[in-house]
Amino acid sequence: MSLLADLVNLDLSDNTEKIIAEYIWVGGSGMDMRSKARTLSGPVTDPSKLPKWNYDGSSTGQAPGQDSEVILYPQAIFKDPFRRGNNILVMCDAYTPAGEPIPTNKRHAAAEIFNNPDVVAEVPWYGIEQEYTLLQKDVNWPLGWPIGGYPGPQGPYYCSIGADKSFGRDIVDAHYKACLYAGINISGINGEVMPGQWEFQVGPSVGISASDEIWIARYILERITEIAGVVVSFDPKPIPGDWNGAGAHTNYSTKSMREEGGYEVIKKAIEKLGLRHKEHIAAYGEGNERRLTGHHETADINTFLWGVANRGASIRVGRDTEKEGKGYFEDRRPSSNMDPYVVTSMIAETTLLWNP
Amino acid sequence: MAQILAASPTTCQMRVPKHSSVITNKLWSSVVLKQKKQSSNKHRGFRVLALQSDNSTVNRVETLLNLDTKPYSDRIIAEYIWIGGSGIDLRSKSRTLEKPVEDPSELPKWNYDGSSTGQAPGEDSEVILYPQAIFRDPFRGGNNILVICDTWTPAGEPIPTNKRARAAEIFSNQKVTDELPWFGIEQEYTLLQQNVKWPLGWPVGAFPGPQGPYYCGVGADKIWGRDISDAHYKACLYAGINISGTNGEVMPGQWEFQVGPSVGIDAGDHVWCARYLLERITEQAGVVLTLDPKPIEGDWNGAGCHTNYSTKSMREEGGFEVIKKAILNLSLRHKEHISAYGEGNERRLTGKHETASIDQFSWGVANRGCSIRVGRDTEAKGKGYLEDRRPASNMDPYIVTSLLAETTLLWEPTLEAEALAAQKLSLNV
Repeated sequence: MSLLADLVNLDLSDNTEKIIAEYIWVGGSGMDMRSKARTLSGPVTDPSKLPKWNYDGSSTGQAPGQDSEVILYPQAIFKDPFRRGNNILVMCDAYTPAGEPIPTNKRHAAAEIFNNPDVVAEVPWYGIEQEYTLLQKDVNWPLGWPIGGYPGPQGPYYCSIGADKSFGRDIVDAHYKACLYAGINISGINGEVMPGQWEFQVGPSVGISASDEIWIARYILERITEIAGVVVSFDPKPIPGDWNGAGAHTNYSTKSMREEGGYEVIKKAIEKLGLRHKEHIAAYGEGNERRLTGHHETADINTFLWGVANRGASIRVGRDTEKEGKGYFEDRRPSSNMDPYVVTSMIAETTLLWNP
Repeated sequence: MAQILAASPTTCQMRVPKHSSVITNKLWSSVVLKQKKQSSNKHRGFRVLALQSDNSTVNRVETLLNLDTKPYSDRIIAEYIWIGGSGIDLRSKSRTLEKPVEDPSELPKWNYDGSSTGQAPGEDSEVILYPQAIFRDPFRGGNNILVICDTWTPAGEPIPTNKRARAAEIFSNQKVTDELPWFGIEQEYTLLQQNVKWPLGWPVGAFPGPQGPYYCGVGADKIWGRDISDAHYKACLYAGINISGTNGEVMPGQWEFQVGPSVGIDAGDHVWCARYLLERITEQAGVVLTLDPKPIEGDWNGAGCHTNYSTKSMREEGGFEVIKKAILNLSLRHKEHISAYGEGNERRLTGKHETASIDQFSWGVANRGCSIRVGRDTEAKGKGYLEDRRPASNMDPYIVTSLLAETTLLWEPTLEAEALAAQKLSLNV
């Protein structure tokens, strides 16, 4: 037993220059993460120095059997908190051998939007609040909940402590440090309103890096729950009834919004978002209609509503921002299973590139 | 007021010993082995909620929890702590700061969703957190911190459940600061088994033998939960809390720790942080903490939060007279104090089980059946302190400490009332 532990934690830097790179990509469902590892001859810090690779797309629903190779393009490097040393995690996106992004590759289009000079000039910042639910293995019932029954109603659980109120803190705290180690811009964590539900925040990050960081943070989270024998769910409404859903509120600002007179820019941006409500909602995550009911701190899915400090709105502007006349706003519509490449680039597109 | 002690931190049971960044194979294996030993000790008798997967033979979550991020990043994690809508529920969430912080004034204000804690309506939900005191985080180690906060509206008013603001005003009053009020608070608490909410160690559906053998006891048939009390002791010392002692209590499964002597508002901050550490520890141990003042009806002790109190004048020559005058003032405001000394106290202050009846004010030397007890030492030396035995275990220390200071230092009874009370209590002042 202890020999296995020694081997897993072996520090190779004394014996070899070689490192292990874990290539990570998003699979065919748009939500499942996949990864496999390869050896590199020495430490690497720049993604452009990493070799392209490929995988069996027919095993992830991303290619037919007779033409199964999907190519991995490395896009971002993070330190590996599980292997440590000089070993790395590599966020990749997926292309056909001919060099076209495959249909489930949402990063490519996002990168185009974020390279648009009008968007680059405005330095868009994102702060993403990723909520998720921990489930007991095999029964898929939330962690800490009695099997075949329910805990007491919501109220005592938000940011709580105590064995009767807070379930799974070890996972959350391990994830926090692992992300800091990896180089992810994780800005905070908290226990959520539904027991067994948690949230972490990533940001403020610029442009496409926000999404790379969220995907890697999700990857690290699921690796940790794997170790802990617990299941992580990004379903937006894991338990129907009088229980909160899980969202991925996306905070957003541009250079103009952060400067003097920014509040007017914010209001204009919100107006544009209101005119494209249907398009955004369609891209904000599967199953969101079960979550956006108008109850449980959400706005109804068919209504576009914005307000200051109003958690029942589609878009919330903080009191700070209103007072200072500049700042940022929070799009509360995206669900926990949203694709950050899609959401962040769409917000930038609607507010900076689109005109009604 | 920053509370970080200059002394080096006590190595806490929960933390892996620090190691340099150049790790040899041998050193790693010894660290990992030590971790495994530690975890097997911890698990004896405890349920760890984050279980080890059937497929993994190494507990890598523990490695991550104990990761020392200092070699890789200057950033620290700050856990902001506040009191929720019930006045006794503690809430917290964490954020990353760019570098270590020594003083609360360097910390940013923050906000939270008051509609989820019963402290604000949904359409206007932001409640602002003002950092007030810093302690070291014994769970995360390194330079990571715990921050005790109080709660304000965006307009800059304390919200109704914020009792610290008023206490801070009282403790800033010149008459109070001149007298340097010291507080020693004896926090009692009861440990319950999870799910059944019956005291730890008690047979489910039945009772243990009557009280007698348990107070400060030793032995598996008398003492239940020592690991929690001991872990809490070291965690508090590490954090910089002024914890002065612990003991097992009269009812089995009940414990006490003492914080003090602390000056002014520090007492409140330290007790709240100590309560936070205690409930985090019981959370890890799979045990439920209750601060209910009478957890089990019948011939079983309740849980209190006796508050020892002295001022500069009480501690100097002739102090005993000052103490008697203070007791006189307190006797005339008994009702006001009682109503602020904790919910449910009427189930505890019965006149039995080392309490005084809730309707009657009494005092005495070495008398545990009184509202206020003065120690034999104090009587003998003619100076010292008094012990207010009335507060319940679920009292708010901000309220109790500031009310004691207010009644004894800022409030004056009418002459007639004073004379009558002096007669009733046989106090010649």
